[in-house]
Amino acid sequence: MLQIDLWKRIIIWLTCAVGLWLAMPNAFYTNVERHNDAMQAIELGADTPENQSDRALWPEWMPSGLVNLGRDLRGGAHLLAEVQVEDVYAARMQAAWPEIRDALRPERATVGTIRLQPSREDEVRVRISQPEGMQRALEIVRGLARPVQTLTGVGANDIEVRAEGDLIVVVLSEAEKLATDERTVQQSLEIIRRRIDEVGTREPTIQRQGADRILIQVPGIGSAGELKEIIGTTAQLTFNPVVTRGTDAGASAGIGNKIVPSLDEPGVFYTIEAAPVVTGEELVDAQPAFDQNGRPAVNFRFNTSGARKFGDYTAENIGSPFAIVLDDEVVSAPTIQSHIPGGSGIITGRFSVEESTNLAVLLRAGALPAGLEFLEERTIGPELGQDSIDAGKVATLVAFSAVLVFMFLSYGLFGFFANIALIINIGLIFGLLSLIGATLTLPGIAGIVLTVGMAVDANVLIFERIREELKTSKGPARAIELGYEKALSAILDANITTFITATILFAMGSGPVRGFAITLGLGILTSVFTAIFVTRLLVVMWFERRRPKTIEI
Amino acid sequence: MRLKLVKQNTNFDFFKRWKLWLGISGLMMVVAFASFMIQGLNFGIDFRGGTTIRTESPMPVDIGVYRDAIAVLDLGDVSITEVFDPTFEADQNVAMIRIQAQEGQEAVTTEVIAAVEQALKTVRPEIKFISVESVGPKVSGELIQTAAIAVILAIGAVLIYIWLRFEWQFALGAVLALVHDVILTIGVFSELQIRFDLAIIAALLTIVGYSLNDTVVVFDRVRENLRKYKKRPLNEVLNISINETLSRTFMTSVTTLLALIALFVLGGDVIRGFVFAMIWGVIVGTYSSIFVASAALLYLGVKRDWSKPDANSGNQYANIDA
Repeated sequence: MLQIDLWKRIIIWLTCAVGLWLAMPNAFYTNVERHNDAMQAIELGADTPENQSDRALWPEWMPSGLVNLGRDLRGGAHLLAEVQVEDVYAARMQAAWPEIRDALRPERATVGTIRLQPSREDEVRVRISQPEGMQRALEIVRGLARPVQTLTGVGANDIEVRAEGDLIVVVLSEAEKLATDERTVQQSLEIIRRRIDEVGTREPTIQRQGADRILIQVPGIGSAGELKEIIGTTAQLTFNPVVTRGTDAGASAGIGNKIVPSLDEPGVFYTIEAAPVVTGEELVDAQPAFDQNGRPAVNFRFNTSGARKFGDYTAENIGSPFAIVLDDEVVSAPTIQSHIPGGSGIITGRFSVEESTNLAVLLRAGALPAGLEFLEERTIGPELGQDSIDAGKVATLVAFSAVLVFMFLSYGLFGFFANIALIINIGLIFGLLSLIGATLTLPGIAGIVLTVGMAVDANVLIFERIREELKTSKGPARAIELGYEKALSAILDANITTFITATILFAMGSGPVRGFAITLGLGILTSVFTAIFVTRLLVVMWFERRRPKTIEI
Repeated sequence: MRLKLVKQNTNFDFFKRWKLWLGISGLMMVVAFASFMIQGLNFGIDFRGGTTIRTESPMPVDIGVYRDAIAVLDLGDVSITEVFDPTFEADQNVAMIRIQAQEGQEAVTTEVIAAVEQALKTVRPEIKFISVESVGPKVSGELIQTAAIAVILAIGAVLIYIWLRFEWQFALGAVLALVHDVILTIGVFSELQIRFDLAIIAALLTIVGYSLNDTVVVFDRVRENLRKYKKRPLNEVLNISINETLSRTFMTSVTTLLALIALFVLGGDVIRGFVFAMIWGVIVGTYSSIFVASAALLYLGVKRDWSKPDANSGNQYANIDA
């Protein structure tokens, strides 16, 4: 008859207890949060008395997982950026020109003079004065191609070379473009992550979305504009040979050269070669320092290949000036005094201590390999978030009490059992949310409220069924058993279909919609569990004690 | 004494005028669809691109002043609405400013936002910008596509599930009810010009889930009663099933509505549209599980003899035995 094995009872109560135990920290949100922050700070070495006292706010042996509050509740910024992967093609092609020039130079006898021609950004066009030497020229330029390292691109080279009359046209191959795109996005992701970490905010989300997009969510930050500033400050450092120094911004630069202003001398412009000798990407370290005159400066060090290029260049060009260019402005243009073999150097300029520190940080974090286009930008102020939390709390409490009262009025003692199950249900949802580290959003709260309303559905189905079975006067025990048995298929079908929609929402949705899908889905799981197991156990336990001859539902 | 929403042993005849109900539902769907076609939805920036700025100030909102301040920036279509909510404090005067996506600009420009904020600050120095959201037209196009796919996928998945668990007539009836609910909800949003954004899609899908929940419970009983009353005509069996589950239908709808109404009144204006969609969905979903799904079932007819296996499969296995 109405029997539930002891081991099942233990498992049911244990599940509830564990769920509620995990949900507990959320009831003391601020304390636990301060405790967690202090723990993290102490781990990082900030063992101050303040952190010590914060840590004591929550006992060590208790679970400390919290439900993350989403951007719409805590306030914060959200950005969706698209990486302009094509930018890299241009940079690659720019770097290819000196290589091609150097390779063709020894063959002047056959190819004649070589000239860079104006072209689209993602290709290089070179004119040779002796078209009959084209075969040889193509051979040499093709010899510069390197195999692409991809999983599928077997035997593909990174560049494609073709002849158009007396022009050699070099473009990146499709395989190389794909590989480059992948690298560019990965690199951007990494750099954005490092920059945001340098600023040190709580729980930033930095995710790749699709082929070339990056989603950045930082709770607790003032505005999306601020976030853009942190991400977007491209400290693009290059070292370029200087052609001339002048004061005319509109002077003709010549093909392959460009004119950039000086950072700290107004009205001074440098004509530099567009292809850099070394770029900031090859930097391995940058530290704020002081030069021999005690002025703030930045020390830097190149990796091996950067050091070799830098060393070779300085050895060959002693006495000529070269420019240290930061974001298309010349920081300084010293003259090379001697061969610099070690790959380390110092940037001096008119920095303040703070500027030199910032510059070092930016250089260390690396330059973004390509530009970012922002497709979506959202800022929620913390006040609005707090208002939403308050409104959500009140609404949930009212909804909750209304349902509790209504259930008790409708089903009496059985309604009371259902109410206990409902309270456990809410606890379990929070326990699960904390366990998987899910994020609670405003629609997520709506999902919980909806669950409160719908969670009673399973119980209602059962109770109504018991009522019906009682009418055919089978005795209370049999009626209860049949009620559970016959209601089960309806409960399962109804909840599985809702669960299917929650799953689709989760898979297709983003941001707040996803938050809603999570609470709805978890709510379905816990409400089925509490209805089928918890209320049933309560009813059975009550029935075993009282053995009533008749029951009223 | 128990609170009873529906007295026991009801015996309403739900199908006396079932053709009329189906007709009314059909008409309402046509009206909703026409409204959608003619008037269109008031798409939020999620689907249309553009920027919304939510401002708050202790001074009363003067839309004219705000409009004049922004007009000089020449940003095209700018709409400014004041937001009222019972949860606001006395000195909370909130306005929503919506700026269309700027011509020829895919990316969201910080400059535009900064310019608007600056312009408003000059006329209202104490104004605060509570939230700023900007979506580029590229993303909004994709969002609308994903949303439509999500709704269609959900309906498709459900169709398959019910088909597996019941019979195809049931699946078709349930899906008809779903389509009915979704169209009527979109119709209401179009008719009342409530802002339709990404969250509303979540609400739509929940309505799909809820309506289904309701329909499945009725169908489950129909299936049971079809086995129980083998000789009775289909409309009687359907009637009995709906009457038997009526009490449950009302109980669940009322508890869900209680919770949702609490959220509607007290949950703040940010999610009000979302909650409104769900309230509407619960009402329509409850109606449709009786008057659309079951009526469709009656129209389609259904295989009656559930005790024996299918005639075809029976023959196959009979041969093996012999």
